[in-house]
Amino acid sequence: MIDKRISEVAEALEGLPDGATVMISGFGGAGLPVVLIKALEATSASGLTLILNSLRFIETYAPSLFIDRRVIKTVSSAARSRGKGTAVYEYQVEEGFLEAEIVPQGTFAERIRAGGSGIPAFFTPTGVGTKLTEGKEVREFDGRPCVLEPAMTADFALMRATAADRWGNVNFIGTQSNFGPAMAMAAKTTVVEVDEISDEPLDPRVIDIPGIFTQRVLAVPDER
Amino acid sequence: MTPLNRNQIAWRAAQDLPAGGYVNLGLGTPVLAANYAPADREFMFQTENGIVGVGPVASGAEEDPDLVDAGSQLVTLKPGATLSDSAMAFAMIRGGHIDVTMLGGFQVAANGDLANWDAMIPNQGALVGGAMDLAVGAKSVWVTMAHTTRDGEARLVERCKYPLTAMGVVDRVYSDLAVVEITPNGFLVREILDGLTRDELEAKTGAPLHYAEDCGVLSAPDL
Repeated sequence: MIDKRISEVAEALEGLPDGATVMISGFGGAGLPVVLIKALEATSASGLTLILNSLRFIETYAPSLFIDRRVIKTVSSAARSRGKGTAVYEYQVEEGFLEAEIVPQGTFAERIRAGGSGIPAFFTPTGVGTKLTEGKEVREFDGRPCVLEPAMTADFALMRATAADRWGNVNFIGTQSNFGPAMAMAAKTTVVEVDEISDEPLDPRVIDIPGIFTQRVLAVPDER
Repeated sequence: MTPLNRNQIAWRAAQDLPAGGYVNLGLGTPVLAANYAPADREFMFQTENGIVGVGPVASGAEEDPDLVDAGSQLVTLKPGATLSDSAMAFAMIRGGHIDVTMLGGFQVAANGDLANWDAMIPNQGALVGGAMDLAVGAKSVWVTMAHTTRDGEARLVERCKYPLTAMGVVDRVYSDLAVVEITPNGFLVREILDGLTRDELEAKTGAPLHYAEDCGVLSAPDL
């Protein structure tokens, strides 16, 4: 019997090794898996690569990941602290400890989507002639220069949704989905925290992430 | 006349939005344009995080922390609105399905180059968001910005000195002093602030200006 439900937060990140690559969904707090972000902080894993749109959520909910130098690389479209002060990760970028790769947000989403779709790289006109694509291969298509962008995959993907069923099918509300579906496709182990796991199967016509892309679902109150 | 304030710049740009347009508004002045969109035309405002058909900012019981716009504001949806994931939202943007994007700017060059993401501030982490995707992917790129910096330095320039967002993409600039189109011949002034002379405008601009034959007067209601 297929059953992707887990009952304890402690099971959520089982098997996450040192040096793992972890994708984390969320945009403006919507779809942000705060319980799982805290669970990641509670592991002992280090040498981590984090792929998430904005680093400030880690600063807010799992500050010790940066303070204890357990993150060595990030890929994001935003690596700036929210307030006027300088974040720990901004200092670590300055001193050269943390490699913070900045990617245009659409390229960021597409590199993840490609990673989950068997596309190892793609050409896009976004970023051509800017410092974010320096050193990347450029080729013209229909007279337009495009830059070669590599796909991204991960060991784990973490996200928040509203509902799931035991097959790991997932539903979002509002703007929760954002990077979730692409990340679920791109990761070996996708963990989804939800408000509620339904005993009945979700309506197949309204499922946002088919369970084939998820491995663990956990019903837990939102800790935002 | 005094230069336009931010609300007035947003108002002026909003008057040019095409009926039926799918429009993405950047953070800052551009997003104010939603408040001044002409009521007799229907628009769909799109956000990078998956909304087509953003309504007014939410208040009271409407507030839902799971429904936010690209600036993380709690918002409502208009009739006909849709929700999608980011990959599809950026397919709308990168695939050429957005009619107009309105973006903030640090500098715009006479060849249409845009610099609007990196002000080269020391010890400040980088933040690009969806700016590069919008600048390259939208059918029309409008920039709203003050004509000069606070120190009086021109923002319309021959070549951008700030790091580029995209090359040769800007179609129009709506500033506090003028409405300027970017053409193969450089900057073409469409409207100039009421009471401002061409000499005065040129003194605040870092590249040659041409003037449309029907160059009009830039004005806006009190806002």
